[in-house]
Amino acid sequence: MRVLVDDVSKVYADRGGHPVEALAGVTFTVEAEELVAVVGPSGCGKSTLLNMVAGLLPPSAGSIAFEGALPPGRPPTAMVFQEFALFPWRTVQANVELGLEETGGPAGERHAVARRFIDLTGLGGFERKYPHQLSGGMRQRVGIARALAVDPAVLLMDEPFSALDAQTRQLMQEELLAIWERTRKTILYVTHNIHEAVWMADRVVVLSRRPGRVLDIVPIELKRPRMEAMAAEPAFLQAVERIWALIKSQAREALQEGAA
Amino acid sequence: MTRLAVPDRTRALARREHRVARVLGLLALVVAWEAVTRTGWVPALFLPSPLGVLAAGAEMLGTGELAVHLATSLRRIVLGFGLGALGGVSVGVAVGVFSLAEAIGNPLIAATFPIPKIALLPLLILWLGIGEASKVAVIMLGVFFPMAINTYTGVRQADPLLIRAAVSFGAGRWSVIRKVMLPSALPMIFAGLKLGAGTSLLLLVAAEMIAANSGIGFLILNAQNLMETTKLMVGIVLLSLLGLASHWLLVRLERVALPWRAQA
Repeated sequence: MRVLVDDVSKVYADRGGHPVEALAGVTFTVEAEELVAVVGPSGCGKSTLLNMVAGLLPPSAGSIAFEGALPPGRPPTAMVFQEFALFPWRTVQANVELGLEETGGPAGERHAVARRFIDLTGLGGFERKYPHQLSGGMRQRVGIARALAVDPAVLLMDEPFSALDAQTRQLMQEELLAIWERTRKTILYVTHNIHEAVWMADRVVVLSRRPGRVLDIVPIELKRPRMEAMAAEPAFLQAVERIWALIKSQAREALQEGAA
Repeated sequence: MTRLAVPDRTRALARREHRVARVLGLLALVVAWEAVTRTGWVPALFLPSPLGVLAAGAEMLGTGELAVHLATSLRRIVLGFGLGALGGVSVGVAVGVFSLAEAIGNPLIAATFPIPKIALLPLLILWLGIGEASKVAVIMLGVFFPMAINTYTGVRQADPLLIRAAVSFGAGRWSVIRKVMLPSALPMIFAGLKLGAGTSLLLLVAAEMIAANSGIGFLILNAQNLMETTKLMVGIVLLSLLGLASHWLLVRLERVALPWRAQA
């Protein structure tokens, strides 16, 4: 399924009631089975954009639509959250079953589906653990398993690995790509990490600082499956440089604004 | 070169368990009490000895007197506590979830909560009669308020991120209440239950002293009227045991209901 983001703007009121423009006229598409990353300096409205695609936040103007057949019982989207958003009172198994409960299948089938994605994400043996008993990396595996279990047409990922340490993040990126090779989901991936975006994505949407506008859409000319060694290839470095050049001045302005 | 070993600077702050002291303190109190009564400095009419209280308790157990009072009190407290807790949780959830219920309920609760519930007993007796209903009702009211307020607070403290996550996975309003808000409120609900258990014991005794012919409160007041101080002390010890038992029960229940907190 394709995601069509068409001239989307978002204005919300801050605590004092003043209007704040978070996004202005954002347009791009995510093709079926494509992995698109959205990068931008902090406060560029990346997460706002993702929440709007998830239907958790209405756009102020413009439209977001899905194109393509959606089999019954499958949700259009499922989200992986930066802060994991696991239910502390549910075991790993029950957390993964959360989304399946809403689609209303029989309990036995639910268990089986959850088990499949628990195994796929390398959580086998941890079914009965509670989130607080797991490391950050393991917790986000639960978040990914929970999202994949409902078999969404589009997987939305909101800085899924930014709360993890650098080594764990690298490993999780590789695992996510491996899972993606197998499942071929359409993925919209929000991150502030340019290397991560380039290494994982087919195309990178670069947003400006607030209000977020599309500065450029950069295609990544790297073969799949992606290998660690590709990080030294000219195509990788050029893409990183091109995106960093776009973001650099924006990030600096954001930094100075934050200091003032 | 001189070597300087790094000292453990936190040692002064360490808190040890002192298991023996725990038991010893309690034991010393009882022994001192027994000793004081044996010397005869204090007449048994004012302070009966612990062993005497124990003997009287055993005797009252034998004649069935204790069982009657205990059963009557237990029935009142279980009924009042149960109804109050149920009502409090229901109202707390409603006020926490629905903005209309919050608009109506919050000022109402704020206005009625500060009334000492025992002050309502005469009115309740007028309305419900001097029998069981008024006693159960006053306990119910006493438990209702901490339960409603705690449940409301617990529901409002539910993590917005988890609510968003549940909604993103297709949860409707009832699903969000059942899967996010109620589990989030459970620790606060249990705190309310423990608070309510103490309150209900207090109100039970007060109500039974004002208007009753059975129950532990009646037993204590009646023993005082008859100058049977030993029986009076049996009643007090019984109340203490009842308080301990209800707390122990609630702690156990909490462990079962909140398994994610028990497992470290």
